[in-house]
Amino acid sequence: MSNVLEVKNIEKYYGNKSNLTKAIAGITFNVGKGEFVGIMGASGSGKTTLLNCISTIDRVTAGQIIINNQDITKLKGNKLNKFRREELGFIFQDFNLLDTLTSYENIALALTIQKVNPHEIDKRVNEVAEQLEIKEILDKYPYQISGGQKQRVASARAIITNPKIVLADEPTGALDSKSARQLLETFENLNQKLGATILMVTHDAFTASYADRIIFIKDGKIFNELIKGEDTRKQFFEKIIEVQTLLGGDLNDVI
Amino acid sequence: MLFKLSIKNMKKSFKDFAIYFLTLVLGVAIFYMFNSLDSQQAMLKVSESTRELIQVMIQMLGIVSVFIAIILGFLIVYANNFLINRRKREFGIYMTLGMGKWQISKIILLETILVGLLSLIVGIFVGVFGSQFMSILVAKLFEADMSEFTFVFSQDACIKTCIYFAVMFLAVMVFNTLTISRYKLINLLTAVKKNEKVKIKNPILSVLIFIVSACILGYAYWKVTGGITELNSADKMLQPIIMGIIGTVGVFWSLSGFILRVIQTRKSIYLKGTNMFVLRQLNNKINTTVASMSIICLMLFMTISVLSSSLSLQRTMAKELEEMTPVDVNLYKTANLPESYENYYTGKTEYYTKEQIEDSRQPVSYTLETNGYDMNNLKDVVEILIYTIPEWTMETSLGSYYEEAKAQFSNLTYHVPESIVKVSDYNKIASLYGLEGFQLADDEYVVLCDFDSMKNLRDNALKVDSTVEINGKEYHSKYDECKEGFIYMSTSHTNTGVIVVPDTFEFKEEWKEEYFLAANYNAETEEEKREIENGLVGTGNSEFYNSISEKEIELDGFTKIVIVEASKGLATIIVFISIYLGIIFLIASSAILALKQLTESTDNKQRYTILRKIGCDEKMINKALFRQIAIFFMLPLILAIIHSIFGIQFVLSAMTGLASTEELLPSIIATAAVIGIVYGLYFLATYYGSKNIIREEEN
Repeated sequence: MSNVLEVKNIEKYYGNKSNLTKAIAGITFNVGKGEFVGIMGASGSGKTTLLNCISTIDRVTAGQIIINNQDITKLKGNKLNKFRREELGFIFQDFNLLDTLTSYENIALALTIQKVNPHEIDKRVNEVAEQLEIKEILDKYPYQISGGQKQRVASARAIITNPKIVLADEPTGALDSKSARQLLETFENLNQKLGATILMVTHDAFTASYADRIIFIKDGKIFNELIKGEDTRKQFFEKIIEVQTLLGGDLNDVI
Repeated sequence: MLFKLSIKNMKKSFKDFAIYFLTLVLGVAIFYMFNSLDSQQAMLKVSESTRELIQVMIQMLGIVSVFIAIILGFLIVYANNFLINRRKREFGIYMTLGMGKWQISKIILLETILVGLLSLIVGIFVGVFGSQFMSILVAKLFEADMSEFTFVFSQDACIKTCIYFAVMFLAVMVFNTLTISRYKLINLLTAVKKNEKVKIKNPILSVLIFIVSACILGYAYWKVTGGITELNSADKMLQPIIMGIIGTVGVFWSLSGFILRVIQTRKSIYLKGTNMFVLRQLNNKINTTVASMSIICLMLFMTISVLSSSLSLQRTMAKELEEMTPVDVNLYKTANLPESYENYYTGKTEYYTKEQIEDSRQPVSYTLETNGYDMNNLKDVVEILIYTIPEWTMETSLGSYYEEAKAQFSNLTYHVPESIVKVSDYNKIASLYGLEGFQLADDEYVVLCDFDSMKNLRDNALKVDSTVEINGKEYHSKYDECKEGFIYMSTSHTNTGVIVVPDTFEFKEEWKEEYFLAANYNAETEEEKREIENGLVGTGNSEFYNSISEKEIELDGFTKIVIVEASKGLATIIVFISIYLGIIFLIASSAILALKQLTESTDNKQRYTILRKIGCDEKMINKALFRQIAIFFMLPLILAIIHSIFGIQFVLSAMTGLASTEELLPSIIATAAVIGIVYGLYFLATYYGSKNIIREEEN
């Protein structure tokens, strides 16, 4: 299995010499093609910084991040924007849908800014809408649909560009439990049927239990790693809880 | 401490202040420029009679200035309000830190004073330089000598500007304190995000409304151009104006929906880059800005029409003046004075002196010579007699058309006898004036008339029936319309009617009405001409004038110099006041538009952040922002320009003879330049301000 993402010993410091904060203090891991990986950690653990670095929004202080054989820490300016546009897909906690655009247009926007042929856009939007079962809400505006539907539209927008990796930041954070479950099933579906590679940051054990593998981060370092393997989701969920207990009080409030 | 905070605040939010500052500076500068007119260099060099006109103008500008100050005051309060609203959160933080409302008010007070002082200084500085340029314009309009240039600073205008703006800033301070005192802490802290409900209009309705509005506008346009002949009274004018307003509002209400609908059907445009986003932004925002867009559009329309037609009016007047004043002087006096007359006011019978009666039986040149005037001062002298016949009145001329004319213009006096001249006399005048002469058969006459409404009336009458019977003999008009021509010089085409009859026409002695003399001064330079004029009509120490006033001989006249100055003065007053008002309107509408856009940029910030997050680079985002703001600025301007095309045509036809099309192009270029500069400045300030806002870090 080839690696889509290779994170090699990255470090990220904030501040100046007199007052240095290590947000990430040496993290190394790989994500293979078609994998569904979760990253867990308490707030302040560095998971968001890690995601920001991978998503090229932030720059690492040291180390390499290789996505699809390309070292993104060396990309600059427009190339970086182009890379982000074409190789990455994003799903955010607060959906980040444009309220002025219909669902269809929100999804299509990801393609139009890549200057894809308009006829192809129409075809692809319809295809992806069918897979995510949002065809009937394509003409609706974000304020007319539910949170779960919004997040599915956002997911459609993230995967329509056929990104090498989909980065999801607390995707269920703003959803009720039923919508969250539906969304996670959608993710599973995307991962298993369409072979999408997903990297998901969360602090919710239930959400994390849908992933194949979970990386725990504490104080900027990898604390533990769990692989689902042949476990059922319930067993996997229990294992996650165990690790969280191990991690200490930090995460207790989450459960 | 508070002072430091104020300075830091201003430095930090300099880009937010930019629009506010720009508006203040422009306001101050324009205010100074127009109020310093009297002390400008050009004004010091114009002639005496022009200076009187300038005094009138300055008084009028003073009144207009009060009105302008009110507009500017509202604008400044509005702009300031925008700034305060943007800083709600900042004030909230101050309050959580324990600052009282009064202390916050003091911070803002200090800021207002600082901004006010700075803008006053910069504005007056700009104004002082601007007024030097305006001096050149003034010099051109008044034909003053500007060969030597001195730098002028008007203390009066400066003080006046300072006082007016101080009052405005005082108003701003009161408003600010009021606004602050009404704030609640919780609202201040949560003021940043307010989820606006997106109102979506039915696209089909939009298309329908757009088509209807366009039709209404089209009809209004036709009304003021093609159908202008029906617009002969003020109340009929109201209809196209109201239609214009309704059409404008309708267009702005539906335009974005219409454009969206049209472009959505063209997928290759719609699904390209950020087009979709920009269009949706437009569609979303224009809904909430229909009223302001319409007002801005109408204000711009006023600015464009007023500026270009007044400039054109001035140019045309100057040109026409040349035609209407072909000689240096016209003199005339009543012929055949009776022995006695009844005083109009006292009702007593009064008697003319023998000298007066004697003089009234002789031509003008007789009066000049017998009173010791040196005829060598004049050249190209032509003298004629003007007759009136009691039975040949306006009614007689109109003939069978009279009843119809009376129905149409009931308040005209139809019983005044017509002025009549012999064709040989008129031809002498015509050749001196460079006008067309006539050859008449024994039973023919010609009507001269160049005053438009009267010409229409007379033309209609001549077409129906031109036969007139005088002395038992029938005469008819040689042409079925009036001919261009005049005897008395004037500022514009105001000859309401002179009848030219053949030399064989038999005049009775008592029909003699006026002796008339036209001549040029026997001089080359302007100064020599003025000297001769002083000797002839000057009220001072002119021997000739003293002599005739002693004998109470009434000699009237027009001189080219007086007419030209009076007319130029009038045109100039109109031009100055319209430029003043036009520019202030322009500043007001640009500033409102700019502030509206900046307010929206704050709301849009999140949308642009989303664009950035899904992978748009800064270039694409800037392009989208640029296009969005450009469209918002262009839409009212484009509609205003379309309105103006018809509006100016209407103004031109309403003022026929006063303004003409061929003089329009330079005026339009000048107007375009003014609008381009002011509007362009505001556009750039808005664009950079918005860019700054959407780039701000999310808190």
